[in-house]
Amino acid sequence: MIGGQDKLRKRQLREETAPEETAPEKTAPGSTSSGSTSSGKRSSVRTVYRNEESEPMKMIDIKKLIYEYTRRDDEGNIESVNRAVDGVDLDIEKGDFVAILGHNGSGKSTIAKHINAILMPTEGAVWVDGIDTREEERVWDVRQAAGMVFQNPDNQIIATVVEEDVGFGPENMGVPTEEIWKRVEQSLRAVGMIEYRYHSPNKLSGGQKQRVAIAGLMAMKPQCIVLDEPTAMLDPNGRREVIKTVRELNQKEGITVLLITHYMDEVTSADKVIVMDEGKVVMQGTPREVFSRVDELKARRLDVPQATELAWELKKEGINLPDGILTVEDFGKAFEEYVNTNGGLK
Amino acid sequence: MSIRLEDVSYVYSSGTAYEMHALNSVTLEIKDGQFIGLIGHTGSGKSTLIQHLNGLVRASSGTIYYNDQNIYAEGFSMKELRSHVGLVFQYPEHQLFETTVKKDVEFGPRNLGLSEEEIAKRTEDALTMVGMPEELYEASPFELSGGQKRRAAIAGVLAMEPEVLILDEPTAGLDPKGRDEILDQVARIHKERGITVILVSHSMEDVAKYVDRLIVMNHGCPVYDGTPKEVFAHYKELEGIGLAAPQVTYLMHDIKARGLEVPTDVTTVAEAKDALLGWLKKRGLCENACGREQSLTEMEQEAGHDT
Amino acid sequence: MIRDITIGQYYPADSVLHKLDPRVKLVGTMAYIVSLFLVNNVFGYLAAAVFLLLVIKISKVPFAFIVKGLKSVVILLLFAVVFNIFLTPGEVLIRWGFLKVTKEGLRTAAFMGIRLILLIMGSSIMTFTTTPNQLTDGLESLLGPLKKLHVPVHEIAMMMSIALRFIPILLEETDKIMKAQQARCADFESGGLVQKAKSLIPILVPLFVSAFRRANDLAMAMEARCYRGGEGRTKMKPLRYHKPEYKAYGVVVGYLALLIGINMAVSLL
Repeated sequence: MIGGQDKLRKRQLREETAPEETAPEKTAPGSTSSGSTSSGKRSSVRTVYRNEESEPMKMIDIKKLIYEYTRRDDEGNIESVNRAVDGVDLDIEKGDFVAILGHNGSGKSTIAKHINAILMPTEGAVWVDGIDTREEERVWDVRQAAGMVFQNPDNQIIATVVEEDVGFGPENMGVPTEEIWKRVEQSLRAVGMIEYRYHSPNKLSGGQKQRVAIAGLMAMKPQCIVLDEPTAMLDPNGRREVIKTVRELNQKEGITVLLITHYMDEVTSADKVIVMDEGKVVMQGTPREVFSRVDELKARRLDVPQATELAWELKKEGINLPDGILTVEDFGKAFEEYVNTNGGLK
Repeated sequence: MSIRLEDVSYVYSSGTAYEMHALNSVTLEIKDGQFIGLIGHTGSGKSTLIQHLNGLVRASSGTIYYNDQNIYAEGFSMKELRSHVGLVFQYPEHQLFETTVKKDVEFGPRNLGLSEEEIAKRTEDALTMVGMPEELYEASPFELSGGQKRRAAIAGVLAMEPEVLILDEPTAGLDPKGRDEILDQVARIHKERGITVILVSHSMEDVAKYVDRLIVMNHGCPVYDGTPKEVFAHYKELEGIGLAAPQVTYLMHDIKARGLEVPTDVTTVAEAKDALLGWLKKRGLCENACGREQSLTEMEQEAGHDT
Repeated sequence: MIRDITIGQYYPADSVLHKLDPRVKLVGTMAYIVSLFLVNNVFGYLAAAVFLLLVIKISKVPFAFIVKGLKSVVILLLFAVVFNIFLTPGEVLIRWGFLKVTKEGLRTAAFMGIRLILLIMGSSIMTFTTTPNQLTDGLESLLGPLKKLHVPVHEIAMMMSIALRFIPILLEETDKIMKAQQARCADFESGGLVQKAKSLIPILVPLFVSAFRRANDLAMAMEARCYRGGEGRTKMKPLRYHKPEYKAYGVVVGYLALLIGINMAVSLL
């Protein structure tokens, strides 16, 4: 059996030596038209065929995704249909750090589960590294390319020793033993947990457990990791640990990150923030762009950083501070400038 | 009425290699009607401390008095203590077990051996207090949303009509909307019923906003105890024990470091707004806002802080 | 109290025994248990005890730690010993009412006690030096031939290792749920048998709900990490026999031979 990594290398190689012709892959029936692409770069060929080599591939590409949870009674009759995701278009470039912000039930976790091919679209389609997640025979490639970290740190660690847990993914992929050991060591180093390799996961803190879970994914050599509220059950120190680790992986290893959270302070350093509400994408842009729309965020009962909120409150009182204040330092600078332009201290 | 701890210590696995002092001679008084915040990093002894207050964990040494009665004295009823000191654990929705929300809330009062009318009255009352919609009373607790489940579980403790309500991170895992709803409800219950509330929290912003007394735990003992303003004035020391002050406190310090002498004893956004506006006005530095009326609180703020 | 149970735990240390193939340890432990039932004289027990002490020394697991594991089975041990002292027929030494202590009873009780202690210590030294995953790997490999009979050996082994991982978590959870219900004035002690059984419902229902939720989460996490059964899976810690394993088998065989020798020598005398 070929190790997943080798497959991956091959794919990357193909990408680099683009001229070589390979058969374009057919997407499953029901895929959507490309009429409403946000970037507008895509060719119309993609409506039916997807040519992996013809363009720089998006890491994640979601087109008009609709997902409905259907509840059935005991006889199998439909009791209720709940549309969790309602026509979402989204694409994530390789190497980006993208955050999805939204309330529980806004559909953000449902999207995450589509990227990992745990859920299949009711309508629309999801491509991960150019693979349509509905292609059943390639589901393992999808999962290898986009790893997933879940909310509860306890419920995703399988083994009773840290290093064995990190080896679980590569074992499933059929990676040779020596290579597994190399990857386990590298991954544990990358998340700063190497000194805990022989420990029992039960003795670790929540933040450490999540870092082990991240190492478990890194050992599968993914291009992208999707984190579904990884810090919701952690204390502030654990949250900082996890976010710092994820940032480092993004910056040092070039891993694409999709962070799903409802803590606004975790998204201020993302490249792009997407706000979801009631199954739809309602705002997107850089953190500064998104957080300068305080009224909208407040109307959706989402948090904004205290510095942003204070600036917004003062602006309502007629104090003319600039938009897009995110941090303590931003505010300090802006306030100082305001004082100076208005005559300074007497 | 009060809870008083005198020199209370608690030792885990005493006499073994794993021996650990979870509480280290804690002396503390919790007076009637206070809204107290309890903060400290994981493992600082907060959870152990609150489990002492209703007798779930027995102190290794020291005494606890509830209304001047020694709770470890012979003949003291722990059951009664637990009905007076209600404890809501972390993720309380994980204890729901009955077939309907109502029956689950009835569990506590029923254990107290109350009459059916009294049980019904208290259940209804508790569910109203947490804002549970009436059509969900007969629903299965397992079919509720996350926020509703948590409210049902809190109602289960409120139905015993405790005089002290302890909540261990009641907002863990909730989104901002759910968090605000729960905390606002707790604050309202505190105000309307006059019960003592102890809120264990990891969010400095939350405690600054709601509580009037803040206790900081570290290594099994309280290291700071005072109003949020007093406690957060020690923000540097708090950082040393793995905690922090709310962002606005840092913000005011940042402005001050830029040579602008603004007051720094600020812990909420509302306070910061008043303080900065007042400061600007005093120096005639606000454009169109200058003519606006100052509220009384703003005047006080200014008078109090600006020297 | 739950924290005090050390039986079945793994004790991380760097020893020859820790590195040994789990199959050797499994087979060795079984051989040791069998040997304890073969022994019928003082010299045999002495040899078994010395052998165990040597193994413990090699394992680098503190002796006190192993003895601590005995604490949790002390009741069982006492029961077996007392039972044997009073109920074995034979030459009466002391008579006290209807109770009588016989010479044979004392002898059997002493042997039984020693046998049980050695047995528990012997098997706990295996779990102390072998991670549960290695243990299940070992079992999976030893039971491998059953695959031909369509016994789902891999699945059983995987289930066992997951169970081992989640037992401490669920124990802690039980503790928490119990406390939470006690905070609502639940009473687990008083009342008759029916009442007591009923009072368990508020603990068991949340516990089951939680276990199912965890199982669900875990299944999803495993799938997300490309788990698809034993087919095509490689091992991080594959089981391979090297020199130390053959040596260990040699030691086990030697030990058994010695015991049989002692047995024969004693019966001849």
